[in-house]
Amino acid sequence: MHEMSLAEGLRSIVEDQARRHGFARVSVLRLEIGRFAGVERSALEFAFDVVMRGSPAEGARLEMIDLPGRALCYDCAAMVEIDGRLDPCPLCGGGRVIPDGGDEMRIKDMEVM
Amino acid sequence: MCTVCGCSELVMADGRLMSHEEAHGLGLAHSHGHGHAPGAAAMPASAGAALPFPHVHAVSPTPPDNGADHHHYGQGPAGVSVPGLSQTRLIEVETSILAKNDGFAAGNRRVLKALGVLALNLVSSPGSGKTTLLCRTIEALGNAPLAVIEGDQQTSADADRIRATGARAIQINTGKGCHLDARMVGHAIDSLRPQPASFLFIENVGNLVCPAAFDLGEAAKVAILSVTEGEDKPLKYPDMFTAARLAILNKLDLAPHCDADLDLYEANLRRVNPGIEILRLSARTGEGMAEWLAWLRARLQGMAA
Repeated sequence: MHEMSLAEGLRSIVEDQARRHGFARVSVLRLEIGRFAGVERSALEFAFDVVMRGSPAEGARLEMIDLPGRALCYDCAAMVEIDGRLDPCPLCGGGRVIPDGGDEMRIKDMEVM
Repeated sequence: MCTVCGCSELVMADGRLMSHEEAHGLGLAHSHGHGHAPGAAAMPASAGAALPFPHVHAVSPTPPDNGADHHHYGQGPAGVSVPGLSQTRLIEVETSILAKNDGFAAGNRRVLKALGVLALNLVSSPGSGKTTLLCRTIEALGNAPLAVIEGDQQTSADADRIRATGARAIQINTGKGCHLDARMVGHAIDSLRPQPASFLFIENVGNLVCPAAFDLGEAAKVAILSVTEGEDKPLKYPDMFTAARLAILNKLDLAPHCDADLDLYEANLRRVNPGIEILRLSARTGEGMAEWLAWLRARLQGMAA
């Protein structure tokens, strides 16, 4: 979804940080993306390449770290990790799990010169 | 103190004593051990003064030695020397990619709360009947003060329909955009100047994917799902139905004509969001409108409390 908007958000954060920390180039940008964030990796990589042109992060390597999907099971009241929003609870097999985390999408850090 | 690892003592690297800063800059292997009391406070290490303040270490998956030495985490690639690129630094950002939008949304929420305005973000696929439901709602609410923000890629058709009911409306055309964002809505709120203790309906772009991720500063998302769309829709687009507080099952009058299984709709909604509230409604016949109006009025009262 809207990976282009996300890439634009990345660019404005990069430019912000460049002013604050006084760097000219970003070599690596590391993101943390939750399993339920709805981010399509290849679409974000494509948008990143296009949107970063002319910014300090032009040509930077984009690394994405997957964060697990966490959910609360309404049947056994446990916090569990699930792969898909519709997966049953891995502990009790109940179907009533509600995601509680795993929708993160943030810049973790960047290597700059 | 070294800007890479935070150590302030000297360390042996490549056969001589140097600062951690120098060792990282030259890319030399060196240890990060220091003395430790059984409690949390750091004690002077043999190589020199250790961190002068009490500190604790993150619990590692493999228990570290109970002795004086243990491993630090998070050294990261900044300590790695690359020929010609020795000026590389690592900047911890830890900022949400949507931080900017979330900031605008928080601002909108503050303004709306101060005014006691109930803002609802109406989300659905195109053609679920959002605008018709809004027109009927505005008529049914009578004199209650309200305003509408309409989001579409093109045309002012929806805002025109709303204005025909006598309500104030602003049309936002997103152009190529697939969703409203908090900054657009903030500008619309500035122009609309909603009255205190009024309703603000934000009709998002018809799209079950992107608007789920963009907080507009609303009190709740209301997902509208028409009975012609298929019982499995909540399962196909779970992000949106997980984010919504209320789902309206609209076009109820058409249910018999398309063999809609209303209980299955509800079961699938609860499967992706066990806490979701559900109303069955037909904007065309008025069935279920009373419950919807009661829900709205209760929420508005909640804003004043």
